[in-house]
Amino acid sequence: MVPVSYYIVLSAVLFSLGIVGFLFKRNIITMFMSIELMLNAVNLAFVAFGRSLGQLQGQVFVFFVIVVAAAEAAVGLAIVILIQRNRKTLNVERVNLLKL
Amino acid sequence: MFVLDHLWIIPLLPLLGAAVNGIFGRRWPHSSTNAIALGTTGLSFAAVVELFREFSQLAPASIPWVKTYFPWIAAGGFRAAYALQVDQLTMVMLLIVTGVGFVIHIYSTGYMAHEEGYARFFSYLNLFMFFMLTLILGANYVVLFVGWEGVGLCSYLLIGFYFLRKAATNAGNKAFWVNRIGDFGFLIGMFLLFRTFRSLDFGHVLPAAAGASSDASGHFGTMTWIALALLTGACGKSAQIPLYVWLPDAMEGPTPVSALIHAATMVTAGVYMVARSHVIFLHSPVAMSAVAGIGALTALFAATIGLVQTDIKKVLAYSTVSQLGYMFLALGVGAFSAGIFHLMTHAFFKGLLFLAAGSVIHAMGGEQDMRKMGGLRKKIPWTYWTMLIGTLAISGIPGFAGFFSKDEILSAAYMSPYGSKLLWAVGIFSALLTSFYMFRLIFTTFCGAPRYDEHETHVHESPSNMVTPLVILAVLSIVGGWFAAPALWGGVDYFERYLSPVFSMPGIGEATSAADLAAATSTEHQLMAAAIASALIGLFLAWWMYIKRPDQPAKLAKSLSGPYKLLLGKYFVDEIYAAVIVRPLVWISRNVLWHVVDEKIIDGAVNGVADTTRHAGNSARQTESGNTRSYAAWIVVGAVAFTSLLLWLAVR
Repeated sequence: MVPVSYYIVLSAVLFSLGIVGFLFKRNIITMFMSIELMLNAVNLAFVAFGRSLGQLQGQVFVFFVIVVAAAEAAVGLAIVILIQRNRKTLNVERVNLLKL
Repeated sequence: MFVLDHLWIIPLLPLLGAAVNGIFGRRWPHSSTNAIALGTTGLSFAAVVELFREFSQLAPASIPWVKTYFPWIAAGGFRAAYALQVDQLTMVMLLIVTGVGFVIHIYSTGYMAHEEGYARFFSYLNLFMFFMLTLILGANYVVLFVGWEGVGLCSYLLIGFYFLRKAATNAGNKAFWVNRIGDFGFLIGMFLLFRTFRSLDFGHVLPAAAGASSDASGHFGTMTWIALALLTGACGKSAQIPLYVWLPDAMEGPTPVSALIHAATMVTAGVYMVARSHVIFLHSPVAMSAVAGIGALTALFAATIGLVQTDIKKVLAYSTVSQLGYMFLALGVGAFSAGIFHLMTHAFFKGLLFLAAGSVIHAMGGEQDMRKMGGLRKKIPWTYWTMLIGTLAISGIPGFAGFFSKDEILSAAYMSPYGSKLLWAVGIFSALLTSFYMFRLIFTTFCGAPRYDEHETHVHESPSNMVTPLVILAVLSIVGGWFAAPALWGGVDYFERYLSPVFSMPGIGEATSAADLAAATSTEHQLMAAAIASALIGLFLAWWMYIKRPDQPAKLAKSLSGPYKLLLGKYFVDEIYAAVIVRPLVWISRNVLWHVVDEKIIDGAVNGVADTTRHAGNSARQTESGNTRSYAAWIVVGAVAFTSLLLWLAVR
């Protein structure tokens, strides 16, 4: 049986990749996908712990995360489309109106 | 015993009048204002008369009659109740204040009839009555002080009654500020009293003070400091040197105010307070000499200034200062009842003189300069005759009220153990000056040829509601002194006997053996002759200079131009005060308190806090770049830090 630590390490690696992607990519879609990556890294950790501890809560929680992620994707992509329409760009460094 | 049991109605009636007139008076016709103002004051006077009847039936053991209404201040060991008390001294003051006050209210309905702010005037006047009655009736120093400050407030309001005139508001401010100095002294005195006697009730302090040991002559002990502090307060309120400067300026107020507040009642509050505290003063020879000295000096000083004034009200103002000086002289030589006696007669004749002066001003259409009057005798006979009676009274012509009271003071100054020949000499010389400047006023105003344009100024006698008060006060100015008349031929001074329970002072003015009595009476008669002579000399000099040889005053002014200018400039006391006190104070206020303390320290602290906050905000603002990724980076930093903390806590 694969030890639970392997899953956790994988999850951590994926999560870190998501963070790095989010911080260093400029394209909003890419950043969006990085978020999805982080979410799924967390999902993986949930499932792994759920299985190793023999509890169902971890597995159930993953469904919640997936549902929320889907909703977030719907809203997020709509925002992305609007940004593209209004600013003619998806470069996040150009989308910086939120400052004094 | 209705009024004795309900003492509070005496001061409360005028307060009610003040409130009603102050709130509704503007919209009501003059007749309603009159009804309320005169009604409340008149009822108050009636209550006092009834109180006098009831009071005379009280057993001596229950005097002073004290009524405690409610505890007012209780802090630590300090207790002050709202309590009123009546004794003989209070009774005399009550009769003077409500009686003269009522008469002056009547006069005001005529004098103020065509003025703006009619209801406001009567509201203030009634408020003044309330505070004055509180002052007199108070059974402890705290209630007295409330009245004391209240009359000061009303004085300020009424001096500045014509508040559109800069001079009037300035005079009001001056009166207020100068009185602050005195009140500071009074407060210090009260603190010392409380520290020494652990109470401020008259019923406790005065007996305790009577039992305390006296300060030695020339020694500054507790009693002396208390007395001197109280004297400072009295000097402020009663316009004595060095705090008299506000009273002449106070003549900016309407004339009835000058009569009521600045001649008859409020300015005598200091005399009343010293008389009330006489036990304390008697325990300090230094303080007694100070009172007598200040009084004599003020009497002389103000009388000399009065010699050359040309404004009819200014003459009377300096005369008031001078007469108050007499009262202080009387107190200082231990003749307390003589001081209160002079207070009473002065209230009559000086109130009369001011009202008559108001009538003259009214007749002249607002002119106050005596140089522009003259020959008014035939045109306003009522005013002339009543004012003449007032002048005879103040000058000390025998038979009139002022003669008896002034004579008592002068003989006390000569014969009392506290007195001296010097005090007597100053007093009698001031009496000569008084007689001179008062007859100068009469002669220049009423006699000789008119010095005004008879086609432009239509001189007319005042209406009956102004003349009636003059007549009442004129009658009082004649008969008001007769209480003491029997003393002239060795009889009883009824006034002194009435007050004797308050001023129980063995040894003064009471000769023991028949021989001593005869000797004292003969000395008194000689002193009286001197007093009469001085009054007549003053009269004669005034007659000679202003009737017989009208060219003399100008010549005299020219040949004695130095002293004349000094007097005309009122010894330049205002200028000296301005240079020595006011200007340095303004300089310090501006350059130290304003530009340094206020701008640098207080504003600096406030602005410093504001600037620090703003700089901190500016630095924090730099994090808000608007860049999504920097926000994300901050979130990561935060998450990492938080996680590290948790891990560190778990591992530790």
